Amino acid sequence: MSDRQRRMSLDLARHRANGMSSKYDVLVIGGGNAALCAAISARRGGASVLVLEGAPKFYRGGNTRHTRNMRCAHDAATEILTGPYTEEEFWEDLLRVTGGQTDEELARHMIRESKDILNWIVEQGVRWQPSLGGTLSLGRTNSFFLGGGRAMLNALYLTAERLGVDVEYDAEVTDLLIEDSMFLAARLKRPINGKTEIRATSLVAAAGGFEANIEWLKQYWGEAADNFLIRGTPYNRGSILKLLLDKGVQEVGDPTQCHAVAIDARAPKFDGGIITRHDSVVFGIVVNKHAQRFYDEGEDIWPKRYAIWGRLVAAQPDQIAYIIFDSTVVTSFMPTLFPPIAGQTVAELAAKLALDPVALEKTITEFNAAVRPGTFDHTILDDCVTEGITPPKTHWARKIETPPYLAYPVRPGITFTYLGTRVNKEARMLMKDGKPSANMYAAGEIMAGNVLGKGYAAGMGMTIGSVFGRIAGREAAKHARN
Amino acid sequence: MHGTRILDEADRLMTVCNSCRYCEGLCAVFPAMEMRRAFSDGDLNYLANLCHGCGACYVDCQFAPPHEFNVNVPKTLAVARAESYAAYAWPQALSGAFARNGLVISVIAALSMAAFILGFAALNDRSVLFGVHTGPGAFYKLMPHNAMAALFSAAFLYALLALAMSVRTFWHDISPPIGGRADGGSIFQAIRDAGELRYLHGGGVGCYNEDDKPTDRRKLYHHLTFYGFLLCFAATSVATLYHNLLGREAPYPWWDLPVVLGTLGGIGLIVGPIGLFTAKMRRDPALLDEFSYGMDVGFIAMLFLTGLTGMLLLVLRETSAMGPLLALHLGAVFALFVTMPYGKFVHGIYRFAALVRYAQERRTAV
Repeated sequence: MSDRQRRMSLDLARHRANGMSSKYDVLVIGGGNAALCAAISARRGGASVLVLEGAPKFYRGGNTRHTRNMRCAHDAATEILTGPYTEEEFWEDLLRVTGGQTDEELARHMIRESKDILNWIVEQGVRWQPSLGGTLSLGRTNSFFLGGGRAMLNALYLTAERLGVDVEYDAEVTDLLIEDSMFLAARLKRPINGKTEIRATSLVAAAGGFEANIEWLKQYWGEAADNFLIRGTPYNRGSILKLLLDKGVQEVGDPTQCHAVAIDARAPKFDGGIITRHDSVVFGIVVNKHAQRFYDEGEDIWPKRYAIWGRLVAAQPDQIAYIIFDSTVVTSFMPTLFPPIAGQTVAELAAKLALDPVALEKTITEFNAAVRPGTFDHTILDDCVTEGITPPKTHWARKIETPPYLAYPVRPGITFTYLGTRVNKEARMLMKDGKPSANMYAAGEIMAGNVLGKGYAAGMGMTIGSVFGRIAGREAAKHARN
Repeated sequence: MHGTRILDEADRLMTVCNSCRYCEGLCAVFPAMEMRRAFSDGDLNYLANLCHGCGACYVDCQFAPPHEFNVNVPKTLAVARAESYAAYAWPQALSGAFARNGLVISVIAALSMAAFILGFAALNDRSVLFGVHTGPGAFYKLMPHNAMAALFSAAFLYALLALAMSVRTFWHDISPPIGGRADGGSIFQAIRDAGELRYLHGGGVGCYNEDDKPTDRRKLYHHLTFYGFLLCFAATSVATLYHNLLGREAPYPWWDLPVVLGTLGGIGLIVGPIGLFTAKMRRDPALLDEFSYGMDVGFIAMLFLTGLTGMLLLVLRETSAMGPLLALHLGAVFALFVTMPYGKFVHGIYRFAALVRYAQERRTAV
């Protein structure tokens, strides 16, 4: 008998013993980092656990499959981290990126707990490695997953299954039965073992945001949302989030906001992941479909310059823009998935991009004329600036004059949404009247808005997922035991 | 565009991977890739031979099929690797041997063993062929030592020459334009990396074969096979020295060095190939290069046959089966030697060269 067969027969025996109407101690909805940390933590706490992942097995894990690192506080350098990153420094970074839109008590609790996650997650089979090539700026603060986010997920799933957590894929939840802030059961679209209703003593909702739900995005962005590309899988539809909010859970975070970066317009509609991003803005100019510049390309260094451009492009006509540069800077940034579009003259390039050649030539000529001499250094805010044009380029401004002329078309790439369910330090959801739910917990992106009201810093999503996943699983198991 | 479709596909994948880089901690292929922005035929053949086929990057890849980016590095590089063997074969006229390699190897093995049986039968009486021979020189009653030595030296030297010429072309193709000599430090590093199969390890957890659970089984079986082969080679070398320097003739008693080495090696050559074959049969079709199935199995079978006939010969050497078994064993070894440059054996040579190149690149990069 293979391991799988043995496990299945054990499960079957257990289900039979429990009479198949079996009620799990803890039901986890979702299949990413937060969900698996919750499932493992609940199982280690002695609970019987079922994980319902709405996606098929290959696409399991929501946005986790595209992640690569986690930001955890630590007091000293480790084998893979180049130096200490104190709780206080983490807090200051969080305060800065969110502009104060955070729950200080919850955030500080998360940061404190993040220290132990560095070891705990390794005990669950996840392996670390030093920061990847091209990400040296994160070498001190962020721990990278060996093999990336899907490798991390694979390790968590193997551990969960080894511990006896049941996992079902393609298990879409269509309704939640909640009475007086108490979760009773989840309804399934497709029956599992002949049942369409799963009962459990505690619920952990770890099913992410609604970034792949274009109709929902349109409520805030209008028709422009049709031109958005979604960086993760099409399964991040926010249906659990919506059910919870509709049934009395208190919301947190700005519903209209999402994290968006500029990604290649040739990327697929869904799941292009990290490799469609462009990090070349600072090396050229960015124009809209009328061949006009619209924002200072040299405003700030990574990661800010990377994270603002999704929103900027979303505000342009038809939600499209073009990063234009010349052959002198091609090797200054990471190799790209899609090759740049090239023209020997500006007019030829414009024709290939379907831009007005006269307008593009005028924009580039005016830009070149405005460039002042300076010493180029893309690792600092250098002194290469323009003078006399609007908008200016305040750093890294160099003439675009060496053919071939090159361009990347870009569109907004939506990473995640901020709307979520409010929770307390036990990861327990709070109802609209402010009272904690009897048995409902949340972890991961679905509650990230509690600590991350806006903005982002690399690796924070995974910290929120692992820390609150672990807490939610532990508390859900504790509740089930009592 | 490259010379072949598989290199075009390998180029496409390396472009995808180079914009991701999540796998750079898994093995040598991805760090080597990151040192390039564009990929020549030689670069891709280098990366293909650097890949040990551990499968980790497939299991870990968020863009693996069914994702539309369809990233399957282990399989693509396995096909490219197999095609590179034919591309670098010397003489080129014999590169066709790789096309239906399983058939070629089995025909040569069968012919070789038949030739020894028939040769023994034609040159010896029935009573000698099926007689019981013991004591020093027993084997040479069936085939004179000098004839045996001359025949096997010729086969071995030819194999060495053909392999050297092939790897020379490969090395030329994967070296930078200027210089390109291998230095001692890089060779030493490559010996260590090859000796411990450092990159058949999924970055630390083991390699993937039939499912998404990593194990170290293939590594173990490969070690048994490889070190079994080396021990058998050492046994033959020691015996040659005994014969020529000490005037001591085979067969040797069971406790003597050539027999001890040969027995340990023979066990490795029986157990290792069985394990590798079983792993091959169970391999996830998504990772398997089915076009090379004949070549892979042919080589495994040749090693197994060599080990098995050798062990049988040892056990039954004092019976009347010794004559026919000696013929079979010599036939197997002869076929193994002459097919070395035209079968799966070459994977070790090219991979070693690629590891030397990698060690060199890492040194100059630092």
